[in-house]
Amino acid sequence: MVHWSAEEKQLITSVWAKVSVEECGAEALARWVLLIVYPWTQRFFTKFGDMSNSGNVIGNGNVVNHGRRVLTSFGDAATNLDNIKKSFASLSKLHCKKLHVDPKNFRLLGDILMVVLASHFGKDFTPACQAAWQKLVCVVAHALAHEYH
Amino acid sequence: MLTAEDKKLIQQMWGKLGGAEEEIGADALNRMFHAYPPTKTYFPHFDLSPGSDQIRGHGKKVVAALTTAIKNMDNLSQALSELSNLHAYNLRVDPVNFKFLSQCLQVSLATRLGKDYSPEVHSAVDKFMSAVASVLAEKYR
Repeated sequence: MVHWSAEEKQLITSVWAKVSVEECGAEALARWVLLIVYPWTQRFFTKFGDMSNSGNVIGNGNVVNHGRRVLTSFGDAATNLDNIKKSFASLSKLHCKKLHVDPKNFRLLGDILMVVLASHFGKDFTPACQAAWQKLVCVVAHALAHEYH
Repeated sequence: MLTAEDKKLIQQMWGKLGGAEEEIGADALNRMFHAYPPTKTYFPHFDLSPGSDQIRGHGKKVVAALTTAIKNMDNLSQALSELSNLHAYNLRVDPVNFKFLSQCLQVSLATRLGKDYSPEVHSAVDKFMSAVASVLAEKYR
């Protein structure tokens, strides 16, 4: 079981309270597609339409919706810190059995989310904040990979 | 591979920092020590409290090296040859740590540049830092 200090919990929940799920979720997913996924993993997004250039990715309705969904899940983790592995079990099975996503991508998306939060919050995204959130994305990535076999 | 557009975006971004480069170096290191505690094992001789003279001095060195790299993006291997030797034969930092510093540098840049740290700039910088890391590790074995 992951140990969270009182300070870490406070830093995570205070940042989460100010996050715009719509904006940050869409942005994180779009950046992930551009940085990591583009262009060789378009196979994950054949249903998302044309993703061949940044213009088609950023602002793509499917990316916006999916980004919102992904970040809402992160929010579930942020508000449920003591039970992440259990609460992500079915999502983990989904990513393994149905979506076939390489678990490496979970860490990468987490890192990208850090950069998105940093650009939104500026100096308020302090080193202590970053450390707490970096730990959270690591725990979420681990939980998502847990049911893989 | 860094495209011409990537190189232009990186140079423009670095130009926007208006003298804050050294602060960013120290901030990136500080963030790295916080978010990735094992990186501290390479600095047992340092005072690692935030704002320490040693962190500021080392941040300055790191940023100076990156500035050199940015001025020589067409020839990174040659421009960073000395640093590459240093990391391979002297410092022997495990290359996984280069990614941690890259991540923290990008977070530091993003806190300062906000929306100007656009997805395109983010992508270019990520590629650039990856190329720098490769050069630093190229003589390891």
